[in-house]
Amino acid sequence: MEWIFANAENIWRLTRDHFALSLPPIVLGLVFSLPLGWLAHRYRWSRGALLTVSGLLYTIPSLPLFVILPVLIGTKILDPINVVIALTLYAVALLLRTVTEAFDSVSPEVRQSSLAVGFSPLQRVTRVELPLALPIVVAGLRVVSASTVSLVSVGSLIGVSSLGDLFTSGFQRDFPTEIMVGIGGTILIAGLLDLLIVLGGRWCTPWMRPARS
Amino acid sequence: MYSLDAAGSLMNYLWDSILWIFTPAHLSGPTGVWARLGEHLFYSGLSVLCAAVIATPLGLFIGHTGRGRALVIWLTGALRALPTLGLVTLLALLLGLGLLAPLLALTVLAIPPLLAGAYAGVESVDPAASGAARAVGMTEWQILTRVEVPLALPLLVGGFRSAFLQVVATATVAAFVPLGGLGRFIFDGLPVRDYPQMLAGAILVIVLALVSDAVFALIQRIVTPRGVRVARSGQDHAEILR
Repeated sequence: MEWIFANAENIWRLTRDHFALSLPPIVLGLVFSLPLGWLAHRYRWSRGALLTVSGLLYTIPSLPLFVILPVLIGTKILDPINVVIALTLYAVALLLRTVTEAFDSVSPEVRQSSLAVGFSPLQRVTRVELPLALPIVVAGLRVVSASTVSLVSVGSLIGVSSLGDLFTSGFQRDFPTEIMVGIGGTILIAGLLDLLIVLGGRWCTPWMRPARS
Repeated sequence: MYSLDAAGSLMNYLWDSILWIFTPAHLSGPTGVWARLGEHLFYSGLSVLCAAVIATPLGLFIGHTGRGRALVIWLTGALRALPTLGLVTLLALLLGLGLLAPLLALTVLAIPPLLAGAYAGVESVDPAASGAARAVGMTEWQILTRVEVPLALPLLVGGFRSAFLQVVATATVAAFVPLGGLGRFIFDGLPVRDYPQMLAGAILVIVLALVSDAVFALIQRIVTPRGVRVARSGQDHAEILR
């Protein structure tokens, strides 16, 4: 307990770093996977290609990806951008499948009705298909958010600062409290983001709320 | 540390690390590539096996009876947010150095995907099939072993597939604790800034992950009973329904 108060400032700084590394991959993952997922849903050729690539990408373990990425894109090995890019790739890989399936789940009758009442192709996607696909997308985003927050700490092994620093330094100093604080902080961030996603999802899909009666 | 801005350095680095892997002195011996690969496979295989002993019967039970479904959902969700590095380092401090702590951490992480695979596999079986089996007089045990498990095999193996990949990835991270395996090359290279060695380790782990994924995909295809095509996505579902 004393240790926590004595190091509150440091813990707070690492928590902020952790949050700052977690947020961009989650947001970018969503931004990239929506159009790509729609593309995979729409055409047979793009479906095979996109889902195969994202499946392979998701198979690659995180630490090796952090190590190999600087060589592939020409960044410095200690640059936090490597962690952000790697986690964004995972987020896209994971969400792409969910988004594809979410668009698949929109019933053909609804699609045809929207065509019949005169929606343009773009309107049909943004105003009919996307809103109906949203609940499944939100569920996928929650999974992505939890795993991203957890994976950020692996970056500490290659010197990218986050709550994971508490794991490495706690281990080296033989001090379990420090590790437990790190785990607790990580779970708190994950919980907070999860809450935000659930609330955001609810706000976007008012028709899903149970009717008050 | 390493700035990689010189033109062509990309290929140089990759080439250096591939040369590193195939240097005879790095291939053989107790700390060589083959030995580390063996360790990695041994840790991963052993922990998935231990996890399967616990998770598979439990998952089949949950799938067959429908009881405890909430437990599976809660467990997979809770463990997803648990940082693997935190779990590995904490167990290493609490249980001391040696193989026990990292292997226990790997086993814990392999349980949720195995549980989910077994449970989802049995649950995906058409109730008409198990109902028909019950109607012709099969016992519950016979229904489970002769109807549900064969039909659940693709998803069951799918659970092993994701558990094994999870464990291969975490075993790499666990080399920090320290554990043997291919992750050693990354952690041995890091303090002395031996980038070719780190890169060699990274490439070896990635190749191992991709190859094991392909092997499991093949097994999944082999165990799929004739006449059962796993619906791979909602579209396939929709096509079946229409």
